[in-house]
Amino acid sequence: MSALAQPRVRFGGSVLLALALAVVLTPWIAQALGAHADTVDLYHRFAAPSLRHPLGTDELGRDLLLRLLAGGQVSLLVGITAALAAAVLGTAIGLVAGYFGGRLDALLMRLTDGVIALPLLPLLVVLAAADLHKLGVPAALRDSEAMSLYRIIVLVTLVGWTTVARLVRGTTLSLRQQDFVRAAEALGASHRRIMLVHILPNLATPIIVATSLAVGEIILLESVLSFLGLGVAPPLASWGNMLTGAEETIALAPMLAVYPGALIFLTVMACNLLGDGLQQALDPRRRR
Amino acid sequence: MSRFVVRRIVEILVVLAVMSLVIYALIGLMPGDPVDLMIASNPHLTVADAARLKALYGLDKPLLERYAAWLGAALHGDFGYSRLYARSTLAVLIPRLGNTALLMGMSFALTLALAWPLGLLAARRPGSWFDGVANLSSFATISVPSFWLALMLILVFAVQLGWLPPGGAATIGAGGVADRADHLVLPVITLTLVNFGPQLRYMRAAMMETLHQDYIRTARAKGAGEARILTRHALRNALIPLITVVALSFGSLFSGALVTETMFAYPGMGKLIYDAVLGNDYNLALAGLLFATLMTLLANFAADLAYAAADPRIAYR
Repeated sequence: MSALAQPRVRFGGSVLLALALAVVLTPWIAQALGAHADTVDLYHRFAAPSLRHPLGTDELGRDLLLRLLAGGQVSLLVGITAALAAAVLGTAIGLVAGYFGGRLDALLMRLTDGVIALPLLPLLVVLAAADLHKLGVPAALRDSEAMSLYRIIVLVTLVGWTTVARLVRGTTLSLRQQDFVRAAEALGASHRRIMLVHILPNLATPIIVATSLAVGEIILLESVLSFLGLGVAPPLASWGNMLTGAEETIALAPMLAVYPGALIFLTVMACNLLGDGLQQALDPRRRR
Repeated sequence: MSRFVVRRIVEILVVLAVMSLVIYALIGLMPGDPVDLMIASNPHLTVADAARLKALYGLDKPLLERYAAWLGAALHGDFGYSRLYARSTLAVLIPRLGNTALLMGMSFALTLALAWPLGLLAARRPGSWFDGVANLSSFATISVPSFWLALMLILVFAVQLGWLPPGGAATIGAGGVADRADHLVLPVITLTLVNFGPQLRYMRAAMMETLHQDYIRTARAKGAGEARILTRHALRNALIPLITVVALSFGSLFSGALVTETMFAYPGMGKLIYDAVLGNDYNLALAGLLFATLMTLLANFAADLAYAAADPRIAYR
C-alpha cells in the first residue's frame, strides 16, 4: 500500500472519490431540493443562490447544482468508459509491437507517432460531424438520445490509446528479454500464451498509470468537443455543453461559466496527480 | 545530409498523399453533398435535374475516381470554390495561414522561453520548493480546459476590466500594429499557458536524465562553473530527446489553436476548418485540413533538421 503514502495519490484519489460520491447521491440531493436537473422554471431564470437553489439557476431556470451533478455523471461516465476502451486498444497494440518487434513494431510505432503528431482536433471535428446514415448505423440507434454518448466514446477512444500503447510497448520490450519469458519459450509455449499469461500480468503497473493519465486527457477532449456542439448533445447535460450556453450569457451570469469549467479542471487535475503519484509509487526506477 | 533531406521530403509527400485520401474520405462522410444543398435552397429542382447535376459534378462516380479528379485539380493549384465565402478556396485560405502562423509562432516562442528555463531549474534540485511549484503549475496548465481558460480570460480582461478586446484580429476601420497586438494578447496567453505544462515536464525529465550522467560529474570534478555545466554539458545533451517530443507536440499546438481561434473569433486556420465543417463547405474543409497537416509535417521536418544540428554524432545519409 505504498501508493497511498504519496500525497498526490491521496489528493487525486480523494477528489475523485468525493466527485463519484456526489454523483451517486444525486437522486437524494434532487429529492431534498424538490427539483430535477431538467425542471425548467422560466419565472426564475438566472436566480441568485438560495436555500432552494444552492448555486442558483441557469438560463432556463434549471437548478445549477443539479445540472452540474447530472453533467458530472455524463462526463465521468464518458471519461472512464473511453479510457478503459483506449487502455484495451493501447495494450493490444503496445503488447504486439513490443513482443514481435522488427518491422511490425516499426510500423505500429510510426502509426502511434503519426496519431500523436497529427492535428487531431480538426480531424475529430470532421469525424464528429460525420453523417451516421452514410456510416450505416441502424436508424433506431441513430435517433436514440444516447447516440451522442456512444459517438463521443468511440471518437476519443480512437485518439486516446497512444499513451498506453507507448508505455506498454516499452515495458514489453524489457520483459521480453527476461529469463522467465525465455524459459516459457524454451518450454514451447505459444506466442499467445507468453503474451497473455507471462507478460500481460506484469504490465499492470504501466497500464494503470497510463489509464489514469488518459482519463484526464479524455475528459478534456470530451469537454471541448461537447462545448463545440459536436460531443454530448443537449438536453443531456455534460460539463462541456453546459459551457456552450454559458458563453452567450457570460456578461449577465458569469458564475454559470465558472462552475462547470472549474469542475472539469479539478477532475482532470485529480486524474493527472493520481496517475503521476501512482507512477512514482509503483515504478521503483522513478523513486527518488 | 542532402540525401537525408531528399528522403524526408519524399516521405512527407507520401504521408501527405495518404492523408489527403483519408481526409477526402472523411469529408465524404459529412452530411449531404453539394447537390443536396442546392436542392434544399431551390424547391423548383426536379429529381431529373438533381441527377443531372450529380453527374455534372461527378458525384455519381465512386470515391476513388472522384478523389483522382480532385487530386488532379489540386496539383494544378485548383482547390475549388468555397461555398461559405463565395471565393476560390485558396484566396480564403492563404490570409488565414498567415494569421495562424503568427499566433502559433508567437505562442510557441513564448512557451519555450517560459517553460524551458523553469524546467531546467526545477531539474537541478528535484523535490525542492521550486521544483514543487514548477510541477504544480505544469499540472495545472495541463489540466485546464483550454476553451474555459479562454472564457475566463475574456470574462476578466474584456468583460469586467475592459482592458483588451474580447475577440477578432483587428478593430474594423482602425488598422495599425498596436491594434493587432491588442487583439493578439489574450489568444497568445491562452495558447501559451495550454502548452506550457507539457514543455516544462519534457525539459525537466530530459535534464533529470542527463544530470545523472558521468560526464556531468567529470565536468564538476574539472571545476567547471555551475552555469557552464548546466548549459554546455547538460542542456546540450538534454536537447536531443527534447527535440523529438517537441516535434510531436506541433499537432496538439494546432489543436489548441483551433480552440483558441474559435473562442476569440480570431480569423485563423483552426476557426476556418471548424466553420467550414459546420457550414458544410466541403472544398474549404478539405483544403484547410490538408494545409493543417502539411504545416504539422513541415514543423516536424524542421525539428529533424534541428536534431541534426543539436547532435553532431548523427550524420544523416
